[in-house]
Amino acid sequence: MVKRNPYEQNYYPPVPTKLTRWSRVSLIWQTFRFIVLNIKILRMVRKH
Amino acid sequence: MAKLVILGAGIAGHTAALHARRKLGSQHEVIVIAPNSKWNWIPSNIWVGVGWMKPEQVTFELAPVYKKQHITFKQARAVSIHPQGDKDHAQPFVSIEYTHPDKAGQSEQVEYDYLINATGPKLNFAATEGLGPDKNSLSVCTYGHAHQTAGVLREQIERMKKGEHLKFVVGTGHGMCTCQGAAFEYIFNLEFELQKAGVRDKATITWLSNEVELGDFGIGGMLLKRGGYITHSRIFAESLFTERGLHWITQAHVTRVEKDRTHYELLNGETGVIEHDFAMLLPPFSGVGLKAYDKNGGDITSELFAANGFMKVDADYSPKPYDQWKPSDWPKTYQNPQYKNIFAVGIAFAPPHGISKPMKNPNGTPINPTPPRTGMPSGVMGRIVAYSIVDMIKGKNKPLREASMANMGAACIASAGAGLFNGSGVSMTMYPIIPDFEKYPETGRDIKYTTGEIGLAGHWIKHALHFAFIYKAKALPLWMAVPE
Repeated sequence: MVKRNPYEQNYYPPVPTKLTRWSRVSLIWQTFRFIVLNIKILRMVRKH
Repeated sequence: MAKLVILGAGIAGHTAALHARRKLGSQHEVIVIAPNSKWNWIPSNIWVGVGWMKPEQVTFELAPVYKKQHITFKQARAVSIHPQGDKDHAQPFVSIEYTHPDKAGQSEQVEYDYLINATGPKLNFAATEGLGPDKNSLSVCTYGHAHQTAGVLREQIERMKKGEHLKFVVGTGHGMCTCQGAAFEYIFNLEFELQKAGVRDKATITWLSNEVELGDFGIGGMLLKRGGYITHSRIFAESLFTERGLHWITQAHVTRVEKDRTHYELLNGETGVIEHDFAMLLPPFSGVGLKAYDKNGGDITSELFAANGFMKVDADYSPKPYDQWKPSDWPKTYQNPQYKNIFAVGIAFAPPHGISKPMKNPNGTPINPTPPRTGMPSGVMGRIVAYSIVDMIKGKNKPLREASMANMGAACIASAGAGLFNGSGVSMTMYPIIPDFEKYPETGRDIKYTTGEIGLAGHWIKHALHFAFIYKAKALPLWMAVPE
């Protein structure tokens, strides 16, 4: 994790936990998200 | 027989040409006039810019595709539009100058019954002193620029491997730039490539942009549902920048780029200088400089085009303050109000105003993103305008098709690092593109369709879209099944 010093620009934003970062590259979870995201995009496309 | 002339073979123009050709019988002619011989899937240029792809992977020759589709292709630059014809032409026509090596410099007048202006933007590097790949900064706007950028990046990585600490600046090179998304993708891909090369600790990377806050993207940012909160895209973007150890300077208008430093002024009037060894700064856009003449040769450019060079369509161009902007100001049919056989799509149409709030610093310098209208919306506009013209040619007494950005959603997949198992992408969807605070008073957009997340799946989608859109653009079997 990036070192953050009080009152500096990067002190305030939320940063992902280890679990969140792991889920972003987990093949099983990301395969599921791939399907979900494609459905979302197709729903969007169908609107026009 | 009707003659449809399309100026430009980018996402909007090429999509319009393919759909029009598919719907029109062979007795009608479709002509594409474009200065470049190649089609370019521009969203993948950022991967060329970090050396992950080669220019050949994001381009292909247009002539064989058009030949197969029975579309006439003239590799030429449009110079002027004559919507009333002239003393020698009863028909309206376009004057062109060939850029094809065999005919370079030759001129021609191409008559039309219907005209689609899809010329895209002029990359206006000249708006900022020292900006541009011929001067002191780099770009990923074209595959050529991106290839050059990748070469410079390789050299800088070698320097860092030898122990040097280098400074990188990525962002926008003027206060009125658009396409922050492309620069956003580039900074994350750059960071990812430096990590892969094992030199990330030798680099300071800074984002320099005209956005009022991170995550504005020229669309006024967006509110989306995340982790049990309705969160602004600013929080989402700042989190990502922090996680990757990137610094940011927003509200900046770049005034001058030198070899090793960039000068800027901020919205609060302060000025600053940032040193760099590598600067990838996008230029502002303007119209390509087309002129227009009436039948007596009188200049009517200002009737057809707005001051920024983009073509006027069915938008409400009356000047109004931000709090009076309405979604209905945005064009629906992209038809020129004066010449009903002329349409403009993609970046070529003049937007009625911005999407992000206009702002000026105490010196009077405007610093705010101009509205993006690339990618998915461009393709949709190209298709619906082609369908409208087909209806008109076939004599169908139908109203024109509509595709207002105020009633259109968009999916934006921004790469944050390319790799089959370790890459990532930010997947954003929004509906509508133009916020509508009357319909969605709390968030401006439909929260059900406005989402954002980061992960490996985003990279897979971006990579899959790369192949899908190139397949579609090559007009290979069932190309029309791939949506815009």
